[in-house]
Amino acid sequence: MEYLYYPGCSLEAAARQYDESLRAVFAALNIGLKELEDWNCCGATMYMSVSETTSLAISARNLALAGQDGGRELVAPCSACYTVLLKTHRFLQESPELREKVDRLLGEAGLRYNLNVRVRHPLDVLVNDVGIEAIAAAAQRSLRGVRFAPYYGCQIVRPERGFDDREFPESMDRLFERLGATAVYFPMKTRCCGGMLMTTFPQVCLELVKELLECAVENGAACIVTTCPMCQVNVEAYQKRVNKEFKKTFEIPVLFFTQLLGLALGCSERDLGLQRNLVPLKTPLPAAVA
Amino acid sequence: MKERNRVPGTLPVSEWELRRKFLEQAELVPGGERISRCLQCGTCTGSCPVSYAMDISPRMVIALFRAGEIEQILRSRTIWICASCYMCTTRCPQQIKITDLLYALKRTAMDTGLYPDRFPVYLLSKSFVRLVNRFGRNNEPLLMALYHLRRNPFALLSLLPLGIELYRRGRLALWPSKIQGVGAIRRILAASQALEIPREREEPEYAKGMVGYRAVGQIPPAAAG
Repeated sequence: MEYLYYPGCSLEAAARQYDESLRAVFAALNIGLKELEDWNCCGATMYMSVSETTSLAISARNLALAGQDGGRELVAPCSACYTVLLKTHRFLQESPELREKVDRLLGEAGLRYNLNVRVRHPLDVLVNDVGIEAIAAAAQRSLRGVRFAPYYGCQIVRPERGFDDREFPESMDRLFERLGATAVYFPMKTRCCGGMLMTTFPQVCLELVKELLECAVENGAACIVTTCPMCQVNVEAYQKRVNKEFKKTFEIPVLFFTQLLGLALGCSERDLGLQRNLVPLKTPLPAAVA
Repeated sequence: MKERNRVPGTLPVSEWELRRKFLEQAELVPGGERISRCLQCGTCTGSCPVSYAMDISPRMVIALFRAGEIEQILRSRTIWICASCYMCTTRCPQQIKITDLLYALKRTAMDTGLYPDRFPVYLLSKSFVRLVNRFGRNNEPLLMALYHLRRNPFALLSLLPLGIELYRRGRLALWPSKIQGVGAIRRILAASQALEIPREREEPEYAKGMVGYRAVGQIPPAAAG
């Protein structure tokens, strides 16, 4: 099996460890992952507020490129990219008028829109294509003793129902519990982290991040595991600001789910980019083979 | 606000213009017309993680749209505080795509230049678009620099410690990776600008009648000429 890979801008910079750990996990499971050639920015949520047709065309260019490459499944790990690409796909499917317009625009670049490309999130691929049992069989280490808060963030499951529930997803919980870890009670698992509000309205966003951190810590989590680069940066890198602002003492590691999964699969810490996390993971992992 | 002494059930010309612009944008959203089905139940406001920071709640946005006060919506912080987590859209019992309609309102605001006073977000949008148009990809430090230089250069200083920490861990790319197909993107953009020229449009069904909610959107006969 081989998947096309759409990293997205964040995974080239602030979320580099997500890129590294994703490649490591796919390699450890022997799944092919080929980067989409010459991909461009998905347009994110910012572009949507400038011009609808333009933003759809910009994001559809990626889907058209993927179609040229054989019309396979396109894996997008960043929640914003995932939701924007998926939304583009759905809008163009639902509205022939928009599709015609976008097709005309893509024609300027010598491309054609392809309806057969499927946009997938790596969590979906790992849990539903590869399967939890297959992953458990490949595990080298047990995650016993790791108490984590499963933080999905908002855009991986919304707005349309995708591969999991829109308010109470459980894919990640099931995956890591099977590998021995304990998911703590975390009712805020799909609560928004504020995203770009950290730049535009920092006060509002810091409040959201504080609530998330409080919820995780009070429920006894030793780390937060997330699927989204914006969540990771807001919840991890801004902990110091939250502490200063609200007189708190949070110091909880925030991992990408691929980093924790990679540990279970026996990847090295360097391959998973663990040294790039600002708050180091302290839980010692039992080396025992399952 | 202006033109207070207007005929009940009619709208001033400026508001009618805004309304036309907004409906044009809303029509681009598949299912956008469902805004007329709102029950005013308030589920959107109750579900919104940031509604406490808004001056007009999401439910009130729809109420004001119905009342013919789009300008008041555009001058509020609400549409720009939305972080697009889609919780309201998910829970709306009438399947109204509230988040996407807020985007339609944002575009109307950008088009008409109506913002609340001292207001930041459109600057971020514009900076983002400039970067993507130039390189085809986004770059976080450059985006922050563009945004803060135009808004408040001192804020850049406060970001410096975090920037250094991320840089030390190899999580800061100082320059975007430019894509090969950036020419193609510019051609797409140029062509899309031509498409954005307002097209001839028919009156939406519900603007034709003259009773109650339907009346909103009518040009007063006197002002129409």
